[in-house]
Amino acid sequence: MDITSLTAVELGKKIRAKEISVAEAVKASFDQIERVERDVHSFVTIDKEGAFKRAGEIQKQIDDGSLQSPLAGVPVAVKDNMCTKDMLTTCSSKILQNFKPAYTAEAVRNLEKAGAVIIGKTNMDEFAMGSTTETSYFGATRNPWNLGHVPGGSSGGSCAAVAAEESPYALGSDTGGSIRQPSAFCGVVGIKPTYGTVSRYGLIAYGSSLDQIGPVAKDVTDCAVILEVIAGHDPKDSTSIDRNIYIHSASAETNGLKAGSPNLAGYDFTGALKEDVAGMRIGIPRDYFGEGLDAEVKEKILAAVRELEVRGAVAEEFDLSLVQYAIPAYYVIASAEASSNLARFDGVKYGCRTEEYEGLHNMYKKTRSEGFGEEVKRRIMLGSFVLSSGYYDAYYLKALRTKALIKQAFDQAFAKYDVIIAPAAPTTAPELGKSLSDPMKMYLSDIYTISVNLAGLPGISIPVGRDSKGLPVGMQIIGNCFEEHKIIRAAYTLEQTRSYERPESAGMRGEGGDR
Amino acid sequence: MAKQYETVIGLEVHVELATKTKIFCSCSTEFGGAPNTHTCPVCTGMPGALPVLNKQVVEYAMAIGLAANCEITKVCKFDRKNYFYPDNPQNYQISQLYLPIARNGYVEIEVGDTKKKVRIHEMHMEEDAGKLVHDEWDDTSLVDYNRSGVPLVEIVSEPDMRSADEVIAYLEKLRMIIQYLGASDCKLQEGSMRADVNLSVREAGTKEFGTRTEMKNLNSFKAIARAIEGERQRQIELIEEGKEVIQETRRWDDNKESSYAMRSKEDAQDYRYFPDPDLVPIVISDEWIERIRANQPELQTEKLERYKKEYDIPQYDARIITSSKHMADIFEAAAAICGKPKKVSNWLMVETLRLLKDHNMEPEDIRFSPENLAKLVRLTEAGIINSSVAKEVFEKIFAEDIDPETYVEERGLRTVNDEGALIEVLKKVIADNPQAVEDYRGGKEKALGALVGQTMKAMKGKANPGLVNQKLKEML
Repeated sequence: MDITSLTAVELGKKIRAKEISVAEAVKASFDQIERVERDVHSFVTIDKEGAFKRAGEIQKQIDDGSLQSPLAGVPVAVKDNMCTKDMLTTCSSKILQNFKPAYTAEAVRNLEKAGAVIIGKTNMDEFAMGSTTETSYFGATRNPWNLGHVPGGSSGGSCAAVAAEESPYALGSDTGGSIRQPSAFCGVVGIKPTYGTVSRYGLIAYGSSLDQIGPVAKDVTDCAVILEVIAGHDPKDSTSIDRNIYIHSASAETNGLKAGSPNLAGYDFTGALKEDVAGMRIGIPRDYFGEGLDAEVKEKILAAVRELEVRGAVAEEFDLSLVQYAIPAYYVIASAEASSNLARFDGVKYGCRTEEYEGLHNMYKKTRSEGFGEEVKRRIMLGSFVLSSGYYDAYYLKALRTKALIKQAFDQAFAKYDVIIAPAAPTTAPELGKSLSDPMKMYLSDIYTISVNLAGLPGISIPVGRDSKGLPVGMQIIGNCFEEHKIIRAAYTLEQTRSYERPESAGMRGEGGDR
Repeated sequence: MAKQYETVIGLEVHVELATKTKIFCSCSTEFGGAPNTHTCPVCTGMPGALPVLNKQVVEYAMAIGLAANCEITKVCKFDRKNYFYPDNPQNYQISQLYLPIARNGYVEIEVGDTKKKVRIHEMHMEEDAGKLVHDEWDDTSLVDYNRSGVPLVEIVSEPDMRSADEVIAYLEKLRMIIQYLGASDCKLQEGSMRADVNLSVREAGTKEFGTRTEMKNLNSFKAIARAIEGERQRQIELIEEGKEVIQETRRWDDNKESSYAMRSKEDAQDYRYFPDPDLVPIVISDEWIERIRANQPELQTEKLERYKKEYDIPQYDARIITSSKHMADIFEAAAAICGKPKKVSNWLMVETLRLLKDHNMEPEDIRFSPENLAKLVRLTEAGIINSSVAKEVFEKIFAEDIDPETYVEERGLRTVNDEGALIEVLKKVIADNPQAVEDYRGGKEKALGALVGQTMKAMKGKANPGLVNQKLKEML
């Protein structure tokens, strides 16, 4: 049996049925890492020793019946912007290359409580700023489908690790598409939940008002199960929402949600794993299918929509023209927040400090000049600029107003539609080294994902086929706030029409590959 | 004739709130722990850590705002003030700029016989910074984050004050209000109350304000008074010399009694304020405001009126006692125990104030219990000890909070009321001091005092002076 080809839920079942031991599951992941990591480079840190030690502890708890979670004993890879106690957490930045946190992020703790075994920390764009995982200080991650291409980003390491079957599942984070876009490029499934669903405590912030942690896995079932484990109200995060209370509240009604509706099931996500889209109203934003969208990507997505229509869904085009302002609004808001969030990396308390300096200000300047990469500096400067006195109203406030209008536009759309379907990216994965030279073009490639973060909505990316180059095409299903149920149901239904595809390019399976 | 100048002063007052835990985490606010022991990922600015607002901070701020006649901002927010300094672990301070919790209030002050309103522009909540310790020896600096995240309110007045006396009256009033609310102990020396003085001068009669400076590092009322006088003189001299006053922040050096410029407006930092995305807006309902208002304790003005009526003590005494919540609490408790409010008041007004002054202490520093003061009153009232012994006992109470009953018993300080013993002593005193006896008999009333003194001395101060007087007169 090929352990690494299993989904997380399948593997969990076999572990609980004692068909596979936790140590075997962990070993399978490390064997696969051994085979492909040199080519793919999904990880910043690999913790073999810790993982095997933990495997032993988990095995005991499974054996004595104290651990029954579906993820018990299943290995996981965690994006390197989530704090893990005593384990390097670098954000793929030089400035944090030696940083070991004193505490573990809440979402990761939830995984640990469910018996997950962390095998390592995955590569990312530095501080999650980028769409290709090429801005990592530790070098780019490659797309397992074609090593000449990027895996997307910023959660490129997490998505590549799942696609390359180094880990059955992974955690990513999504500020402007950082789970959905690399999931699409790597042919895996990723969910960005409603803002406030997963605790941000311990997630090293990029754009605090937009950041959400979410699952990356091989199928929709895994994603729903993982989300159920990591989600939950966390009093340590003021922006965390108790969904069980919220869905019955008056503010839910004002957000156009029908209190008590079966689609608003608090933290029950697996209940939505149903093959049923009969009567589901699908909105197709015309603005997302026009100029700039690759013809092959468009064709695959519209074909998937037709599959849903065949199963009883009703699709209709509509106007969502406001989204053209999403990119500028996003880059103003996210950069503004980042410029402040990243101020704490100054060489005083943790992380790297420049070797030689004269006085405090020189130390700050040199540490930060040496410690941050180009893209991070660009966004810190942009963010500092839009917040500076005299520009605040013209940029930051205007961006906030735009954000509010975009939310309104989505509210109107969700009054008519259950879900909205869009591409996850305008093209399939670009070639390595082609994106960073033109940052503006890279920013524009986030067009389909960014407005979802601005409006705080949940979105899922699922594979819907491959282009003529053999690269995966991803489709995005967007739901109203707290309506993960609908997007999970639509994605699950669509998934039943096709089988999971694995990358089989030469670089993928080196010698010793058993398939 | 020399020109007349008017001083225009506004204050920014920082007050450390008396919460048990910090504003955004559950670390202790207690003073004096070893460096970096009252810290956690939140108050040391660790990556990924998030702030969660302490509700008690909002309630204290609301209470102060209401007591200072402010409007409470029903939807208020926290903003980030961005600047780099090692005592500020995130390199931004969480504060309030756009929607502070309270606005448009006033407090009434009295200088001499004149009453005046000082308007409050706004009051906001924010977090304190850590402390830098510079080691001159090996040229390093260390940071202690124990104070990082301790809650503060900053109260910003309008430029309504015109003299140091008014400034002190305003600060005393604020301090009184806040102490009465239990929201802070407001100690200037220890930094739990800090005032920055914004000052400008203008020719008397003009309407335009002059250019102002901001003075920092003022650690006592005396320093504030001196700094105001110093800055006023400095600005007047500049103007008379035809020079310009520069808008700048100046640091007062109370030892040198002079100030120096820290930074001018040109190098003023751009703090790039923006709403903190890690915190949600605070929505304050009418019910909440009413609950705070209803739970507001009796403030000084009300207490003063009640004391005059209930205890029949003079206005002057009532004002002194109520000027410190701590002293008023001791007064009320002691009066309730012994039932002699006037006697208690006398001990506070005379001996307590004298000892405070001698020791350079504030009423807040009083450490004795009302029980022991009440016992002392009872001992004197019952004639068990005489007044000179009582003074001596009180000094012990003041210093060490001793139990006066035990103390008097152990040291045998009871007044001797035994007439037989007294008469024996008197006989001896009369026999030993023939000159004084003669003088008295010859009409020198003063000579009696000397004989009383000798008697008291012979009886080690324990005699009842009234009885001594009476018996001596009889025997002479």
